[in-house]
Amino acid sequence: MKTFEYRTATGLADGLEPGAVFLAGGTNLVDLMKLGVATPDVLVDVTRLPLDQVTELPGGGVRIGSAVRNSDLAADRRIRTGYPVLSQALLAGASGQLRNMATTGGNLLQRTRCRYFMDATMPCNKHLPGSGCPAREGDHRNLAVLGGSDACIATHPSDMAVALAALDAVVQIDGPAGSRSIPVTDLHRLPGDTPERDTALEHGELITAVDLPVLPVAARSAYRKARDRASYAFAVGAVAAALEVKDGLVHDVRLAFGAVAPKPWRALAAEQALRGQPATRESFLAAADAELAAAQPLRDNAYKVTLIRNLTAATLSALTGDVR
Amino acid sequence: MTNTLSRAVGSPLARLEGPAKVSGAARYAAEYPQDQMAYAWIVPSPVPRGRLDAVLTDPAEEDDVLVVLWHGNAPHLEKSDDPELAVLQSDRIAYRGQPVALVVARTLEGARRAAQVVQLDITAEDHDVELRADHPDLHTPDEVVPGVPADTATGDVDAALATAPATVDVTYSTPALHNNPMEPHATIARWDGEDLVLYDSNQHPSGIAKTLGTVFGLPAERVHVIAEHIGGGFGSKGSARPNAVLAAMGSWVTGRPVQLALPRQAMFSMVGHRAPTVQRIRIGASLDGELTAIDHESWTQTSRLFEFVESPGVVTRSMYPVPNLRTSHRVVPLDVPTPRWMRGPGEAPGMVALECALDELAIRLDLDPVELRARSANPGYLSCLRRGAERFGWSGRDNRPRQRREGDWWIGTGMAGATYPANAMPSTARVRALGHDGYEVAIGAADLGTGARTILAQIAADELGVPVDDVHIRIGDSTLPVASVAGGSSGSASWGWAVTGACRALRESGDDEATFDTTELVGKMPTDRHAYGAHFAEVRVDAVTGEVRVSRLFGMYDTGRILNPRTARSQFIGGMVMGIGMALHEESVLDPALGAWVNHDLAEYHIPAHADVEQIDAEWLDEPAADLNPMGAKGIGEIGIVGSPAAIVNAVWHATGVRIRDLPVRLDKLLPSL
Repeated sequence: MKTFEYRTATGLADGLEPGAVFLAGGTNLVDLMKLGVATPDVLVDVTRLPLDQVTELPGGGVRIGSAVRNSDLAADRRIRTGYPVLSQALLAGASGQLRNMATTGGNLLQRTRCRYFMDATMPCNKHLPGSGCPAREGDHRNLAVLGGSDACIATHPSDMAVALAALDAVVQIDGPAGSRSIPVTDLHRLPGDTPERDTALEHGELITAVDLPVLPVAARSAYRKARDRASYAFAVGAVAAALEVKDGLVHDVRLAFGAVAPKPWRALAAEQALRGQPATRESFLAAADAELAAAQPLRDNAYKVTLIRNLTAATLSALTGDVR
Repeated sequence: MTNTLSRAVGSPLARLEGPAKVSGAARYAAEYPQDQMAYAWIVPSPVPRGRLDAVLTDPAEEDDVLVVLWHGNAPHLEKSDDPELAVLQSDRIAYRGQPVALVVARTLEGARRAAQVVQLDITAEDHDVELRADHPDLHTPDEVVPGVPADTATGDVDAALATAPATVDVTYSTPALHNNPMEPHATIARWDGEDLVLYDSNQHPSGIAKTLGTVFGLPAERVHVIAEHIGGGFGSKGSARPNAVLAAMGSWVTGRPVQLALPRQAMFSMVGHRAPTVQRIRIGASLDGELTAIDHESWTQTSRLFEFVESPGVVTRSMYPVPNLRTSHRVVPLDVPTPRWMRGPGEAPGMVALECALDELAIRLDLDPVELRARSANPGYLSCLRRGAERFGWSGRDNRPRQRREGDWWIGTGMAGATYPANAMPSTARVRALGHDGYEVAIGAADLGTGARTILAQIAADELGVPVDDVHIRIGDSTLPVASVAGGSSGSASWGWAVTGACRALRESGDDEATFDTTELVGKMPTDRHAYGAHFAEVRVDAVTGEVRVSRLFGMYDTGRILNPRTARSQFIGGMVMGIGMALHEESVLDPALGAWVNHDLAEYHIPAHADVEQIDAEWLDEPAADLNPMGAKGIGEIGIVGSPAAIVNAVWHATGVRIRDLPVRLDKLLPSL
């Protein structure tokens, strides 16, 4: 482990010198430092900044401070009733201990668990640009079928982020050049030729909050995750969905896929295909197919296409019957 | 003589060291404070085959570093039986992850960092790490685990198969698996003058002392191995591993005590694994289910360093009486780490093929799988089948697959037999009368967390006719009377025998001290005896995702006398949980191009989580095997993983109609057929 300095951030305008990174729950960053994959010179602890509250926005909607712990957010009454997909996604992730440590901002910025990325002695274009991607020929059973590139087929591991992508969440950012906000779906980049850059954040920019808009459709929403064991495993496929049906037709819908792409995958093509259609299993399957037409599966991950198709139909069908 | 008034044996006494463990007072190998401790970190080879020409260190990272050892400057070691222990002795690289250098530093962080940035000048060579049943380098080994012939044949298998009214001919494969005890291998080494002291996590203090003595040119009595508490081993700590030698080497060179605790990633290279297997099994039977022929062929791998041959076919030699029987093993040396023992070596993968193939035969014959086995079962096994079926609620099962659906779940049941040899090995125990302080019982045994310490106290208490509280057990130390390895499910029988003998000798002699060596008695023990059992599983398979859950798992065992039902139950269901892992989760994933197992941590190498274990239970016949040893006990440490994976695989077929012959059974294999 490389020697590093540690300090606590005292204000949002502190900024970051080169080689410095922010530290929140540390559940991913500290692992990567031990493994020699992350080698920061300075850790700036942001957990003492006043960013740990969930508050209601003036015009409706909810602001989630970036230091709100995953377990606290999952238990928040406003989230459980207004945005159940988010609470369910949080509880599907990691373990109780990790959720107690992990923060909202840190969860969004966690890095892929691609096995080559996680081992500093192996080639990986993400941890050593230009060293190649062994996953394409090697182990890619849980890597991307959508949005990948020749350079990288990593998947984003977060469950929470998939729900946020479905919910039209907006990320509030503060940094040396001032504050800005972007849709959560624009936070994570597709790898292209520069897989070493995970997100649209500039050095020194800090996520301060995630805003959930007023979204009536979200009141009937669900997260369903498939994994290789019953608990404490990353998804091999996941669907976040919200559905509103009127007179048997899809009035409004939100859909995002997890564990299939380098970012939480908002399924806009599927949503488009569904609006106004009968709320039937056939429509749901056709919508999934519309999104998955772009899939480029490799030798060992084609099952994800079937899995996401099945999960989409099952999750939306369950929401159809779930009248509260 | 046994005091009929005392009943310590058979009572569910809690582990004696339990309070010390849960309060943190119990010390594991890496936790013994030492003055001037230095810390070691291994530099693993990044290539699977090649030559190490030089090691260059980064001066910027050397503040804390005491020494960087490699074959260019490491002390000379004597040869032992195990080439893996010749660490830093040659420029040859035999597998990825092999130790090629050792950093010893004043701090753990300094050692790890220096190891991460050390420059290795390596000439890589073409490698081959892929096991195939048609590999040109496959050969017949001299022997297979546990030191038995590779091939056996009785009767005329080919003729019997050709004329059998019903046959199955199926090939099953099991992946490489890694033991992954909770406590990784760890050593603190210290030289007291010319004597070597090792705090080491292992299953055999006496054996480690002897081996380390050989490597460092010392008599065994000059090596003191302390292994008081062990956080599991599952076979991977059965003999000395490179960590013990490297720590001792680092201490010799630096003159300080050296701690070397392996990181989890290193648990996937130098400490052993269960080798992958490919097994073709052919069974011939009459239409009413009488077995007439079995041919069990196995292919597996070993390293270039050492021929260790996993032996799936051995269990088939004793499980069922069959007039025409052939078993064979072929092995190929590859550029991989050396495989070793892992809980139920041979039996666990072998019973996957045998018991799944029998399930396939039962289907072909339209016979209940329990009835098919009952026709060939010995009395103990038959009792397990009958009572197990009754306790599980097997009767009335519809043998057809894919009949039961609840919501999204396909539900099915499956079963398989179980067996394990009844082993014992020579050991010596000593007992001393301490007056008002009771008795000290000493034996160089190791308690891996199984409850060994506790049952030895129970055995001694009954033999001495005193309460358990009056017995003080000393184990986990090579300076105590020599004991056999905690392996082969033999600990209770071997050590309990010696303790029984010593306590009897003390009572009969009236002396203050007695010692008993079982070597002669163990030599006369029957060698063809086994424990038996039957496993029953209910699974559900999600029709949407292909996810498998084990709703119920039940084991019924004929394992002789049960010494402590509490710790015994832990052993049985622990083995069964590992069986769930073998059936559904565990797989060391190989990258052929890099020659590496890439899922080398517990986030990616999945063992069952608590949520994967729903209803699980074990029961036993508790019929003493009086002719085996004074306790009438058979080993119970491994039988839980023998057959339980097959019961689960068979249940998945019954639930879905999909037969998966390549373990683990995961959703990606099921989904295309659901």
